[in-house]
Amino acid sequence: MQQDNAGLSGKVALVTGASRGIGRAIALRLGAAGATVIGTATSESGAAAIAEVLSHNGVAGTGMCLDVSSPESIIAVVKEIAEKFGAPTILVNNAGITRDNILMRMKDDEWDSVINTNLSSIYRMSKACVRGMTKARWGRIINISSVVGSMGNAGQSNYAAAKAGLEGYTRSLARELGSRQITVNAVAPGFIDTDMTRGLPEEHRLNLLAQVPLGRLGDPKEIAGVVAFLAGDEGAYVTGETLHVNGGMYMG
Amino acid sequence: MSTIEERVKKIVCEQLGVKEEEVSNESSFVEDLGADSLDTVELVMALEEEFETEIPDEEAEKITTVQEAIDYVVAHQ
Repeated sequence: MQQDNAGLSGKVALVTGASRGIGRAIALRLGAAGATVIGTATSESGAAAIAEVLSHNGVAGTGMCLDVSSPESIIAVVKEIAEKFGAPTILVNNAGITRDNILMRMKDDEWDSVINTNLSSIYRMSKACVRGMTKARWGRIINISSVVGSMGNAGQSNYAAAKAGLEGYTRSLARELGSRQITVNAVAPGFIDTDMTRGLPEEHRLNLLAQVPLGRLGDPKEIAGVVAFLAGDEGAYVTGETLHVNGGMYMG
Repeated sequence: MSTIEERVKKIVCEQLGVKEEEVSNESSFVEDLGADSLDTVELVMALEEEFETEIPDEEAEKITTVQEAIDYVVAHQ
């Protein structure tokens, strides 16, 4: 693993949805930069797997079980982290789900669960963590968006609405918290090689790839590197921004 | 041992970056001492810590002056 000069040593980072894909890459990357990392998953077995991966890679921290759609679960987990490791001052809101359907067939439950898990959760997570950050007079909130929030995508009106909402939320919170040296940014991945995209039909995959000037899928590490930049000192003057990382698929 | 009034005023000075002589019991955090909305939230957080109590949001919103803060702490000792 890449080791850098421990730019985040002494910081506690909380990464939601860290059991696989982009979240897992982010957890490892922040760990490599010296942060103590708490990665969350929706199941105990997922949490245990995260703990194992972190420890195998020499990263301090652990995995914890968290349901980002439950306010009680969030409050309990953030409290436990503060007691065991110190209040998290780096929050990466990565957990997300898709429930794709064309609007005319979409069920209320498909709409509500995507809005709740992908958008309302970041409101709850940030609220639970901001107290510790204002006290520290330092903080980083990094919300993982999607290129779909800017481009739109047929069959993903719920997901696109949540991600576009996340970006507006990011800008407002950046203005609220700027005076405390807390930055709030979004990172919008394009077509990244994860379980989520591996599930797509081959034809759909090829169509998507044809839209990417770099002609390949992104690697989760290429998202994690941007998150690490925003979390560290080098990204300190960037706030309220959405960084697009998509191989040129969408140019803002 | 300092009085509650002294402890409250000390926290107000620290949190809002004002001098002791600027702070009277009647001072309003926002109007007289230049606090913004985030400052007032942090001030309540600091009071909670100092006096080891939890101030619910609906109560916190009513604490707008130094005297109101002192009164709240006295009433909840």
